Amino acid sequence: MNPKKTFPKGGVHPEENKLSSEQPIITFPIPKQAIIPLGQCLGAPAEAIVKKGDEVKVGQLIGTARGFISANVHSSVSGKVTKVDEVMDHTGYRKPAIFIDVEGDEWLEDIDTSDTLIKDITLSREEIIDRVKNHGIVGMGGATFPTNVKLSIPKDKKAEFVIINAAECEPYLTCDNRLLLEKPNEFLVGVKVVMKAVDAPKAIIGIEVNKIKAAELLDNIIKGDSYFSGIEVQPLQTKYPQGGEKQLIKACTGREVPSGKLPIETGCVVVNVASTYAIYEAVQKNKPLISRVVTVTGKSVKKPSNFLVRFGTSSMELIEAAGGLPENITNIINGGPMMGKSVSISDFPVIKGTSGILVMTDKEAQPRQVGNCLRCGKCINACPMGLEPYLLSRQAKNNLFEDTEASNIMDCIECGSCEFTCPANIPLLDYIRYGKNKTGQIIRSRNQK
Amino acid sequence: MNNYIISGSPHVHGNESTKKIMYSVIIAMMPAFLFSIYYFGFDAVRVTLISVAACVLVEWLIQKYLVKGQNTISDGSAIVTGMLLAFNLPSNIPAWMIIVGAIVAIGIGKMSFGGLGNNPFNPALVGRVFMLISFPVAMTTWPTPQPIFGEALTDAVTGPTLLGHIKEGLAQGIAANELTAEEIINPLIYSGSLGEIGSIAIIIGGIFLIIRKVIDWQTPVIIIATVAIISTVCWLIDPVQFVNPMIHIFGGGLMLGAFFMATDMATSPMTMSGKIIFAIGIGALTIIIRLWGAYPEGMSFAILIMNAFVPLINKVCKPKRFGNTVKK
Repeated sequence: MNPKKTFPKGGVHPEENKLSSEQPIITFPIPKQAIIPLGQCLGAPAEAIVKKGDEVKVGQLIGTARGFISANVHSSVSGKVTKVDEVMDHTGYRKPAIFIDVEGDEWLEDIDTSDTLIKDITLSREEIIDRVKNHGIVGMGGATFPTNVKLSIPKDKKAEFVIINAAECEPYLTCDNRLLLEKPNEFLVGVKVVMKAVDAPKAIIGIEVNKIKAAELLDNIIKGDSYFSGIEVQPLQTKYPQGGEKQLIKACTGREVPSGKLPIETGCVVVNVASTYAIYEAVQKNKPLISRVVTVTGKSVKKPSNFLVRFGTSSMELIEAAGGLPENITNIINGGPMMGKSVSISDFPVIKGTSGILVMTDKEAQPRQVGNCLRCGKCINACPMGLEPYLLSRQAKNNLFEDTEASNIMDCIECGSCEFTCPANIPLLDYIRYGKNKTGQIIRSRNQK
Repeated sequence: MNNYIISGSPHVHGNESTKKIMYSVIIAMMPAFLFSIYYFGFDAVRVTLISVAACVLVEWLIQKYLVKGQNTISDGSAIVTGMLLAFNLPSNIPAWMIIVGAIVAIGIGKMSFGGLGNNPFNPALVGRVFMLISFPVAMTTWPTPQPIFGEALTDAVTGPTLLGHIKEGLAQGIAANELTAEEIINPLIYSGSLGEIGSIAIIIGGIFLIIRKVIDWQTPVIIIATVAIISTVCWLIDPVQFVNPMIHIFGGGLMLGAFFMATDMATSPMTMSGKIIFAIGIGALTIIIRLWGAYPEGMSFAILIMNAFVPLINKVCKPKRFGNTVKK
């Protein structure tokens, strides 16, 4: 393997707390009722194409994408649609969802449910991207951007590298690590599929050294099989936000994505581990995205676990299976502690972007007293994008949106390193998000003129 | 319904806090404090206690009756200011003068701008310079060190500082090499303020702060290096007019200023490039004042002058933005 690399500027070292890294993936029982939200990706929610009383099978399309940035939704269970109604999802808003009462586990016939590894990629580039689109695959690291859009390279651009985001730099989360350890061959075939889809000769798997077992396993498989030539394992220093798309590209290739541009500008296409595995299943097994690995964890959780969960399963069932809700819960977080979103309810449906459910008690998540900015500069040192969080937050607080734009607020990746490191506990990122939102509106309305 | 906390990410914190930073600084000042007790005995304790108590009290009163905001006295920053102010004073200074200095340092230097983090000038230095101008005699009459152990080397009750002695000697036309021939840096012969006397103790505290990552190593090193380079060049050109550079490095308040006052977070630039400019400026101004100015010591003025440039430096010295490389 190559010597380990990292991105050059900023970053922090949160406590890793990978409590569930030794826990094998447990296939979670199929729920009695699945509540499948139609909006599971960044962009427009899908449109329901089933109605009350319809019988559905596992893998059947139940919601179609609306617009370019949108993804299809498939049934994760078999049974009868009881209603198409609204449900409160992890965002705390009521969103349209399809409610299905589960009966048995009947799959569509053309889905290959066996465990056989299929290495030969018979589909063409276009067919792969079509399959990825039809099977509703989105970025499963949490951003849920439709993957087919990512894989469709603009005509005037060329992909040189596929970069697999196996950094899993978020503390607590272990779902990608477990997937790599338990399904390394399937994952690597997935990488080959992505390479074919974007016509890239090389793939780099960027993986933090705290997952050295998985890195070595992959490296051995690649070295032992010429089929996987062109794929390279790149160990990375354990540092947050190593898995940020721009930081990952910088660490793996030394290239910098220009401000305001997409990764393809540097000839890179970045895909997450879980998405790569989903692409394998979709392309080689014709299986739509209907389940994912979810890490259920927290210091006070009795049995931190990794579950393979059908979408629409209630988060509460997962928490129960991990030992139940501990006392003094103050926060439930959808995702990891650095970028995840806190939820207002303990019972929400698992969807494509649910990488983890993190439970925190009052001891860990006590709101801290906010003090004066000391102008210590720690936030500047922590910012991986070379911004000045103290300045941005002040400008945003005072509604100075011309200044925030001039200070490159739109470059912020919202990793939260600044706030993590702030000795005065200033909610820097809250102000910056607000400023980014407003500045973005101003820029968009100006561009429309 | 459950009452979960809804907050924006990140949901964990690095456990750095203002308190931790301030108490680290206080711990780092302890070696120098013990040194000053060794040299000046009970007087060092008296000056430090009065200064700290006055600073804390003034901040508390202003918080309570004028600002009426959240009380922040427990963050320890007033203690730091109090100790730094004490380190800048002679050990025989009357108590009321210390209290006046504390009122100016905290009241004008810090709280009038909005308290911690908002002050453009180092509060302890504001207090010190105010006292230097208001009470020039008391502020420059230095008691001779009377070590607790062993005997004092001279019978004199007051003595000059090393830099003061040199300045005076040079003014009288005595050659620099004669002035320093025998008596290089013996703190027992020359006096100074509480924090001026033990450069080694200051360095120990400074290294502690650098290891704890409270301060960066660049600022103090560059200040000291700038002073060293300019004074060495001058000394090599004309050893009759200029003294051995070691005296400038270890004499006076250079170490105290470089490690504890130029690194003050609120009054130093935010980025490393800015800090480098800031440090070179302090070093250069310090040695210019010492060599050619009217005062024998220039550290506090140099820091205050450069403090005034900090907003400008912050405006010019931006961190290198990610992805702003010019690329086709």
